[in-house]
Amino acid sequence: MQNLEKEIIVDSKLENIETLTHFVESALEPYDPSPKAMMQISVAIDELFSNVVRYSGSSNMKLILNVNEDVLTATLTFIDEGIEYDPLAKKDPDVKLPAEDREIGGLGIFLVKKTMDGVEYKRDGQQNILKVVKKLK
Amino acid sequence: MQIKKNIEGSVESIALEGRLDTVTAPLLESEIQGKLDGITELQLDFAKLAYISSAGLRVLLSAQKIMNKQGKMVIKNVCAEIKEIFEMTGFSDILTVV
Repeated sequence: MQNLEKEIIVDSKLENIETLTHFVESALEPYDPSPKAMMQISVAIDELFSNVVRYSGSSNMKLILNVNEDVLTATLTFIDEGIEYDPLAKKDPDVKLPAEDREIGGLGIFLVKKTMDGVEYKRDGQQNILKVVKKLK
Repeated sequence: MQIKKNIEGSVESIALEGRLDTVTAPLLESEIQGKLDGITELQLDFAKLAYISSAGLRVLLSAQKIMNKQGKMVIKNVCAEIKEIFEMTGFSDILTVV
């Protein structure tokens, strides 16, 4: 096997979460990722793509998947052309509060930060570029 | 996702199968909002749940808030990966995992 790069472009519609998840799962299958890593990547796709659909105003999104086979690491790059939005700038939610006082915002991106091995955002011209890195084992 | 519901007296059990994500969380929400009158124990069975995202956590939180007022809620058969998500987000302090 060689290092892998694949990409897909989907319309900004929530039902495409499944399209993206399936695309990534099938591409990663040959590397036999741990079930935990695979689940966490799927959750990251759900959180990051649903943010794009809800807040960016972009009509579509591109996902680029790279696998570095030497270190068995996947990099997912989410690119949209919506309004400038850095989800990482948001304050982490207080996870110690009781049920009644829990705030509901920010939980998704918090989960992504906690479960991925690296997360970075940059604005490049008209594009939001969010990159997550995850070890497959 | 599939939702299987069973009510015996005031005990309701809901078994979830598949993915509790942004697309499917509203399905569970609609089974809970306004539909738990007279229920004093809500049991959620996660034996066949493959994953949960923040949208799913939000529905669990609103169910927990309802059941805090009228009885209790327990979650059964939670796999290690989902347990870890509960711990990261502090949901393990709010939810009762049995």
